[in-house]
Amino acid sequence: MLSGRERIRNFCIIAHIDHGKSTLADRMLELTKSVPIREMENQILDDMDLERERGITIKAHAVTLVYSAKDGCDYIFNLIDTPGHVDFNYEVSRSLAACEGAVLVVDASQGIEAQTLANTYLASDAGLEIIPVINKIDLPGAQPEKVRGEIEDVIGIPADEAPCISAKLGTNVGKVMEQIVKHVPPPGGDEAAPFKALIFDSYYDDYKGVVIHVRVMDGRVKTGDVIRMMATGGEFTVTECGYMRATHFEPSGELSAGEVGVIAASIKAVRQARVGDTVTLSSNPAKEPLPGYRPAQPMVFCGIYPADGAKYPDLRDALDKLQLNDASLTFEPETSAALGFGFRCGFLGLLHMEIVQERLEREYLLDIITTAPSVIYKITLTDGTTVSIDNPTNYPDPSKIARAEEPITDAHIFTPKDYVGNIMELCQERRGTFIDMNYIDADRVDVHYELPLNEIIYDFFDALKSRTRGYASLDYELKGYRESRLVKLDILINGETVDALSFILHEDRAYAKARKMAQNLKENIPRQLFEVPIQACVGGRIIARETVKAMRKDVLAKCYGGDISRKKKLLEKQKEGKKRMRKLGSVDIPQEAFMSVLKLDE
Amino acid sequence: MSNGNLGLYVHVPFCDGKCPYCDFYSLRGTDELMDAYTEAVISCLRHWAGVLGGRGADTMYFGGGTPNLIGAGRLIKILSAARELFGLENAEITAEVNPGGDLYPFFREIKAAGVNRLSVGLQSANDGELLLLGRRHTAEQAFKAFADAKRAGFDNISADLMLAVQGQTEESLCRSAAACGRLGVRHVSAYLLQVEPHTVYGKNRAGLRLPDEDTAAALYICACVELEKLGFGQYEISNFAQKGFKSRHNLKYWHCEEYLGVGPSAHSFINGRRFHYPRGLRLFIEKGTAQDDGGGGGFDEFAMLALRLTEGLSDGGCLARFGRKIPSHVADAAKAYEKAGLTSCSAGGFRFTRKGFLVSNILTPAVLF
Repeated sequence: MLSGRERIRNFCIIAHIDHGKSTLADRMLELTKSVPIREMENQILDDMDLERERGITIKAHAVTLVYSAKDGCDYIFNLIDTPGHVDFNYEVSRSLAACEGAVLVVDASQGIEAQTLANTYLASDAGLEIIPVINKIDLPGAQPEKVRGEIEDVIGIPADEAPCISAKLGTNVGKVMEQIVKHVPPPGGDEAAPFKALIFDSYYDDYKGVVIHVRVMDGRVKTGDVIRMMATGGEFTVTECGYMRATHFEPSGELSAGEVGVIAASIKAVRQARVGDTVTLSSNPAKEPLPGYRPAQPMVFCGIYPADGAKYPDLRDALDKLQLNDASLTFEPETSAALGFGFRCGFLGLLHMEIVQERLEREYLLDIITTAPSVIYKITLTDGTTVSIDNPTNYPDPSKIARAEEPITDAHIFTPKDYVGNIMELCQERRGTFIDMNYIDADRVDVHYELPLNEIIYDFFDALKSRTRGYASLDYELKGYRESRLVKLDILINGETVDALSFILHEDRAYAKARKMAQNLKENIPRQLFEVPIQACVGGRIIARETVKAMRKDVLAKCYGGDISRKKKLLEKQKEGKKRMRKLGSVDIPQEAFMSVLKLDE
Repeated sequence: MSNGNLGLYVHVPFCDGKCPYCDFYSLRGTDELMDAYTEAVISCLRHWAGVLGGRGADTMYFGGGTPNLIGAGRLIKILSAARELFGLENAEITAEVNPGGDLYPFFREIKAAGVNRLSVGLQSANDGELLLLGRRHTAEQAFKAFADAKRAGFDNISADLMLAVQGQTEESLCRSAAACGRLGVRHVSAYLLQVEPHTVYGKNRAGLRLPDEDTAAALYICACVELEKLGFGQYEISNFAQKGFKSRHNLKYWHCEEYLGVGPSAHSFINGRRFHYPRGLRLFIEKGTAQDDGGGGGFDEFAMLALRLTEGLSDGGCLARFGRKIPSHVADAAKAYEKAGLTSCSAGGFRFTRKGFLVSNILTPAVLF
C-alpha cells in the first residue's frame, strides 16, 4: 500500500476556450463516480451562468476526486481548474503553483492557440509535469497526428504518448487518468515544519464567510487553530476545514502537507484572503511566505453610472457585493456633469470589465452606462512631479506636461496563415511594432507584436475576430511604459463638453477616432427640435464635426373623433422617456449614444 | 364646464371596403346589422340621457366609417332620438360622407331632418393619388358629391385632404387645394398621412414610396400656405376654415370640453372621466358597456390639446379653467424655442408655429415637462 501523500495527485487542466477543458473535467467526475448520474449537469465546474454561456472559466475552482487506478490503488485526485483568460494570468499562476502536473488539452482540429501556449509556458516555468492530450478526435476535421507534431514542435514536449480522446463521448478518458497517476509526481512538503499553505482561490459564502481554497505546502492545520495571512496580516480562527467534493463539502477536521482543501474562518471579504497569499499558524508561523504573491493590480478603468440616477445606491450595493467575491475589482465614487453620480472602476483587463458589467446587469438587474475604458498613463509634469492618470477628466493641461508615457504590451497572435496580412494591418493601425513571426506549422503562424495597451482595450478583440473570422487568438502581457505623444480628445455637443466622452489617445489616432466618434454620436442622437453640432476637439482645436439635423416632422395629424388617448399615451411615455435621457444643456442624449462610442472598429 | 352643452359623437362603423391606410374601426354591414346597430346607438343615448339628467347637447357628429352607408332613414332615426333626449337647439350637426354613387337623395333627406354640415372625403383631386391611396372613387365622382350637396341646400361643407401621400408633389397638392376653393367648401381638414401598424400600409411599409421626412414637412407647409391664400385660415394643426366656419364640434375636443361618443370605438369625456366603447360591433350591440380610461381634464391634457390650436395656450384660458396662469417653467420653455421658430410668444400666452406643429409630438413634452 502507498502511504497517504504518495497517493495524491494535484493537477490542473490547461486549454484554450472551447477546446474542451470543462467537458473533460465532467468526464473525470463521472469516471470517479463523484457525481450521481442524475445530478450530472454538463460542465459542473463552471457554475456561474456567464461561464457556461461563454464556455470559459472565470474563476478557478477545485475539486477532490477518488480514482481507482488499474494498479488496484485508490488515488486522491485534486483537480484545480484554471481561468482560461489572459486577464487572469496571475490567478492562473497561483493555481499552477498549487499543482505538480498539468493536463494540456489541445483541440485536434484547431491546434495550439496563443493562450494555450502562454499557459503552458507558465506551467513549465512552475516546474509542472505536462501531460498533453488531443481532444475532439470525434470531429470530422480532426487531425490528431498533425496536432501531435505541433505540440512537439511548438511547445517542445514529447507527445508520442499523448492520448487521443473525445471528452464529449468519453473515449480514452481513462487513459488520461492513468497518465496522471503515472506521470504527475506526488506532492512533497514537510509535515513537521510550520504550517504553510498557498491560497489559490476563494469565494464568499453567505453562511461561512469567505471560504479559501488552499494547497498545503508544509505542516498541518486543524479546526480551532488561529491562522494568519502573511501578506495582509489578518488573523482568523478556523471554523471548518476539509475537502471540496464535486457535490458537497467533506469536513476532515484537519489538512496536512500535500493536500488540497478548503478552510473557513469567518473571514468577511475576499480581500482579507487574497489569492497568492500564504496562510500560516499564528502560534507557530512560517519564517518566509511562499514566493509569488502580488496584490491585484487593475490595468483597465472605466466609469460606471446608473442609467437612472435614482439607482445610484443600488449600484453601490451591487459593487460592494461583487467585491466580496472579487478582490481585483476596485471602485470609487466619481461624478460626471453628463452622467451624474457613478463609480470609477478598475479591472484586471477587458474581459474582467465585461464580466463585471454583465453581472451588474444580469444578476443585479441594473441598467448601466459605461464610459470608454482607459489604461493608466504616467505623466511627468513640468515641475518634475509624476502623476498616474486613469481618468481623462484628470488629464493635466497640455502646457504643464513635460513627458507622457503609456503602457506597452508584448502580444502574440496565433492565426491561420491566410489572415496574417489582415492582422499585420490591424496591428499597424493600432500602432503596433512588429517583433517577429514564427510558423507553428505549415498553416499557422505566431505573429509577435508590441502593442500599446490602450489600443488593445479598445475593441481590439472584436476587430481581431471580424478580420480573422474568429480563427485568431491573442495573448499579451504588460511589458512596461514608453514615452508617447498622448492627447486628450474632448467631445462637445451643442457647444458643451461631455466629460463622460473624453478620452486619452495617441496623437496620430486622434483624427480618425474623432471622426468616427462624431459619426457614431450623430447616428445615435435622435434628431432634436433644433440643429445640434457635435464637435471633437484636441487642446481646444476642433478636428471633427458633425451635425444632427433638426427634426422636421413628428406629429399626430389626426386628433379627432374624440379619441385623444393616443396623444395622451404618447405624452405620458415621453414624460417617462425623458427620465432615461441624459439632459445636456438642452440636448437629450440617449444611453445608446454613450455606448456607441465604445464600438469604433472601422 | 360640466354644466355646459355636450358634443355628441356617433361612430358609424360601416364601410364598403377598407382603405389601406385607415385604422378606424369599420366593417361591411348588412341590413340586419345596421338595424341592430341603430337600435343599440339609440338605447345607448337613452341610457346616458338618463344618467346625465337633462344635460343638453349643441353639436352632433356622425363620423365613421362611412355614415352615408346606413342610409338616411337610420341616420334620421338616431338624430331624432338625440334631439328628443339632448335638445340639440341651434346645434351644429355634421355627417361625414364618402364620394361614390348618387348621394343627392341622401343629402336631401338628412338636410330636411336637420343635418347642417357635411364633411366629404375628397382626399385628393388627383386620380393617380386616389388610386395609390386605395380610394374607391375618382376625383370627378368627388366633385359631383360636392355639387349634389350644394344642390341639396348644404352650405357648410368641409373637404378632407391627405398630405404626403404616394406620388404627391407640391404642384399636385396645390391643385387639390385649388379644387377645394373651386368647389365652394367652407372648411378643409388636411391630414399628413400616418402609417399605422395594423393597416395594409403598415404591413407593407417597405413597399410604399412615401415622401421622406423633409419632403413631407415641406408639403405640409405648402398646404398651409396655399389654403390660407384661398381664404381658409388655419385654426388647428390640420384644420382650416373660412371665417365663421370652424368646426364647433371638433373645437370641443381641443378645448377640452365634454362630449359623449356612442358606437364601437367611440370616445367620451364626461364629468371628468374619459372612457370609450371598445372596438367590436357585436360587443357594442349585445353588451354596450364602456371601458374607463381614467380621469381627464388636467393641465397637461388641457395644454396639449390647446397647443394643437393656432390660438395656443393663454393665461386667460388657464385662469378660467385652473385658477392660475400658465406655469412659469412652461412659459420659459416656450420662450426658449421661439428663436428656433417653433413657438410664438406674446404677453398673455404662446402658440406653436407651423414649424412647431410639425414637431408637436416632441415639442409638446419639451415645453410642458
